[in-house]
Amino acid sequence: MPTLNLQVNGRPHRVDAESDTPLLHVLRNQIGLTGAKLGCGLEQCGACAVLVDGESRLSCVAAASDFEGKDIVTVEGLAQDGALNKVQRAFIAETAAQCGYCTPGMVIAVTGLFQRGPSPSDADVQEALAGHLCRCGSHARILAAIDRLRREG
Amino acid sequence: MAENPSLTKNPGLDSWIAITADGTVRVRMGKVDIGQKISSAVSRLAAEELDVAPARIVMIRPDTIDGPDEGMTSGSNSMEESGNAVRLASATARAALLAKAASVLRVDIDELDIDDGTITARSTNASTTYWDLQGDQPFGIPIDHAARIKPAEERTLVGKATTPLDLEDIVTGRHVFVNDMTMDGMVHARPVRPPHANARLESLDEAVLAKLADDGFTVVRDGSFLAIASADEFAVIKAARVLFNAASWTREPGLDNRDIFEQLTTNERMSMPVIDGVPVLDTPVPPPLEVPAGAKASHAARYERAYIMHGSIGPSAGLAVSRDDGLEIWTHSQGIYLLRTSLAELLELPPETLRIHHRPGSGCYGHNGADDAAVDAAFVARAMPGVPVLLKWTREDEHAWEPYSPAMVMELSGAIDADGAITAWSHESHSDTHVLRPRPGVAGLGPSRLMPARYLENPPAVIPPPPNMTHHGGIHRNLEPLYRIPEPRLVKHLVRNLPHRTSALRTLGAYANVYALESFLDELAAAAGEDAVELRLRHMDDPRARACIEAVASRIGPLDGAPDGYGRGLGFAQYKNAKAYAAVAVELTVDETDRVRLKRAVIAGDAGQIVDPNGFTAQLEGGFIQAASWTILEAVTHDPDGITSRDWESYPIIGFDNISEIETILLDQPDAPFLGAGEAVCGPTGAAIANAVARATGVRPRRLPLTPENLRAAALSA
Ligand code: FES
Ligand code: FES
Repeated sequence: MPTLNLQVNGRPHRVDAESDTPLLHVLRNQIGLTGAKLGCGLEQCGACAVLVDGESRLSCVAAASDFEGKDIVTVEGLAQDGALNKVQRAFIAETAAQCGYCTPGMVIAVTGLFQRGPSPSDADVQEALAGHLCRCGSHARILAAIDRLRREG
Repeated sequence: MAENPSLTKNPGLDSWIAITADGTVRVRMGKVDIGQKISSAVSRLAAEELDVAPARIVMIRPDTIDGPDEGMTSGSNSMEESGNAVRLASATARAALLAKAASVLRVDIDELDIDDGTITARSTNASTTYWDLQGDQPFGIPIDHAARIKPAEERTLVGKATTPLDLEDIVTGRHVFVNDMTMDGMVHARPVRPPHANARLESLDEAVLAKLADDGFTVVRDGSFLAIASADEFAVIKAARVLFNAASWTREPGLDNRDIFEQLTTNERMSMPVIDGVPVLDTPVPPPLEVPAGAKASHAARYERAYIMHGSIGPSAGLAVSRDDGLEIWTHSQGIYLLRTSLAELLELPPETLRIHHRPGSGCYGHNGADDAAVDAAFVARAMPGVPVLLKWTREDEHAWEPYSPAMVMELSGAIDADGAITAWSHESHSDTHVLRPRPGVAGLGPSRLMPARYLENPPAVIPPPPNMTHHGGIHRNLEPLYRIPEPRLVKHLVRNLPHRTSALRTLGAYANVYALESFLDELAAAAGEDAVELRLRHMDDPRARACIEAVASRIGPLDGAPDGYGRGLGFAQYKNAKAYAAVAVELTVDETDRVRLKRAVIAGDAGQIVDPNGFTAQLEGGFIQAASWTILEAVTHDPDGITSRDWESYPIIGFDNISEIETILLDQPDAPFLGAGEAVCGPTGAAIANAVARATGVRPRRLPLTPENLRAAALSA
C-alpha cells in the first residue's frame, strides 16, 4: 500500500492508503478526525467539505493522494488554542444547526468564503453554499450567521 | 392535566434525577434528542425547578439499561411527556432536599433559601448543599404529582433564549454521531440489498465469495440478507459492489408501476367514517355529500401527494457487538425499547440480554432507517462474535430502503350559503399506513417491521397493518377541520397492496390533509366570491387560532395585493386539533422555467408557554423549510425494476437558492401548558405555497410536488 504524506490541521501525517482511497476515509478512519462527515460519497451534499489551501473542497471522492503537499484543515482544526473561529462563533450565536450532521461542512464552506474577504456578495454566498444540503432546515439560521459575519466585517 | 404515560411507567424519582457528590444533577429521559433540542429545553426546566445553575445539569443519554422507558420520541409529545415529567421530578427533588435541609439545619422549611444548590437558613445563616445532603444517594421516593411548580412570575430561566447544549461540539466536529463511533478491533460493514423490495437472492458466485474471503472480507448471508465486513471502510464499500454483482436475484414480481393515485383510489381498502377525530369501525361510510338547498356555491376537488422520504443527510448506521452474555447496540433509533423487544423476539433472546444505547444520528423526522440499520449491524455482529461492527447504509441504501411517507389522495367537496357560511363539507383521505414502527404486538408483528428480517431465510410473516384508530392518528391526522363546520363528512381509507413500505414521517397524514383542506378553503372562497382570510376567521371560534391567522395575514399583506408576477397564500392548522397552532403566509413567484421561487414567508406559532424561544423559532423555521422542500420538489419515483430516486440528483431537496426571508412571530401563553411545536408548521406551509402558486399563476395546483412538470400538467388540464 502506498504511503502518503498529508498535512492536516498544521501537522504532518504519514498514512498507508490505497491510491483510490478518498481523502475523507483517510481523515476519518486513519487520522481519527471524524468532523468531516460521510453524507453521500457522491459529491452531492457537502457534508464532507474540508479546507484545502484555504478553499472549501469536497473530500468524499477525490483520492487522498491528490492532496499531498497541500494544507488541509478540517472542522477540528478551525479553533486556535481552544478559541473558536469567528464563523463557529457566529453559528453558535445564531443557533445555525439542528441535528448538526451538515454543520461541519457548512462551517467549512463559510470559513472558506470569508477567507476570500470580509464582505461576500449574495452571489458569493450562493456559490459557496451551492451543493450544501441540510435536511433540518437550518438554512435561514446559517444565512443569519453569514449576515452577522458581514456586519462584524 | 391528562395522564402522562412517561410518569405512569416510571413513577420513581430515581429513574429521572440523581444528585452527585461532586455537585452535578444528572437528568435522565427516555426521549431522544433528534435535532429538536429537547434535551436543552428539558435541562432548562430541571435547572429552573431545582434552583441550580444550568451548567450543573448533566443530561444522560438514553439506554435500555436503567433509564426511564418513555416509548417513542414522536408526535411532538416530547415536551409534554419528558418535559412535564422532569419538571415534576425536579420539583419533587427540591421539596425533598428542602425537607432534609430543614431537619439538618433545625429550622422551618420556609426559612430556607436556595441558591445554585446551596440551601441557607435566613435566621442562622447556616447552610448545606444538595451535594452534601443527597450526593450519590438515591431518593427512594415516588414523584409527587402535586409538587409545587414555579408559576410564571417566579421563573428566571424558562422562557429566555438559550444556546443548545451541544452546539459548540457540533461546530467544532466533536459531536459524535453513531456514524463516527469507533472501538478497538472494530470492523466496518455495508448491507448489500436486492435490486428492489420484492427481489430475492437466488445464488452467489462461489468464486467471487472465495476471493473476497481470501482478501479478508466477511460475507454474511441468511436467505436474501447479505452484508459484508472488514476493517477498511473504503475496501468494504468497493467490495459491496463486487458482492452485489456476484449475486443473481429473482426479480419477479417487479414493483407495481401503475399510476399511484389510481391505485390509491381503486385498490382493496378498509374504509371508515371519522367522527370527532376518531375512526369508527363497522360503520358504513356516509353517502356522498348532497349540495344543500339554498347553497350559494358548491365545489369539489381532488388533491394528490406523492410518496416522500425522510432523506436524512447522514445515512443510517448502527454499531453492534455480540458477546456471550448478549448483544450490545448503539443506535440513533427513536424507540430503543421497541427495538429491543422486537429484535429480542426475532432472535429468540431474552430482552434483558440486549443492551441498547441511544447515540446521536442525523436528523430523522420520524421512522427512517435507524432501527433497520441497527438490526443489520446486529445480524453481522452475530456472525462475528466479539467483534464490534459499525454498519452504515450508503446514500443509495438510504434513498431506496428507508420507509417512505405514503402517497395520499384527498377528495374534498363543500358548499357555502348566501350568508357566507359553510353548510356542507366532505373530506376523504386515501393512503397507506403512516406508522410501521417495530412496535411489538401479536407474535411476529414487531419483528416483521424490522426490514432486514423480511429477507431472512425464515422471515416473520408480514401482517397487514391494522388501521390506526387513535384520535387524529395517521391517515386521519388533521382530517377534521378546526373550523366551525356543521357535521363534516370525514372518511379514512386505509389502502392495501401499494408498492412501497411506509412509516412515520413528521406530521404523518396531517401535512397532506392540511394542504388539501386549506387549498379547498381557498377554492371554496373563490367559488363563492369570498375573501379567503375572512372566510377562515368567520368559521373560527378559537381565539388562539384567530390570533395566528390574523398575525400572518396582516404581515404578508392582502392576499390579492401581491406585486405583479407574485402570488400570496396562507395556510393554518392546529396540529392534531390539540397541539401547537401555526399559520404560514408566503409570497412567491413562478419563474419562466415554471419553478416556484419563494420570496417571503411569515410564520406565527403558538405552542403554549414558551420554554425556549430560540428552540421554538428554529423548530418553526426548520419545519417550514423542510415542508417547503416537500411541497415544491419531492417525490419518490420507481419503475418495475426498483426505486429510481436513489440519490440527491434524482430526489432533489431544497437548497440555499430557494430560501426566502422568514419572519417568525411567537405567540406566548405563559400560563398555558407547553405543547410540541416541531410539526405544527408543516401542513400550513404546504397549503400556503399551493395557495400562493394558485394566485401567482391563476392555475390551482392539486398534485404535489409543485414541480414544473406538475404545474404544466395542471395548466393544461385547467
Ligand atoms: S459526502 Fe461528500 S458531498 Fe456528500
Ligand atoms: S442541521 Fe441537520 S442536516 Fe443540517
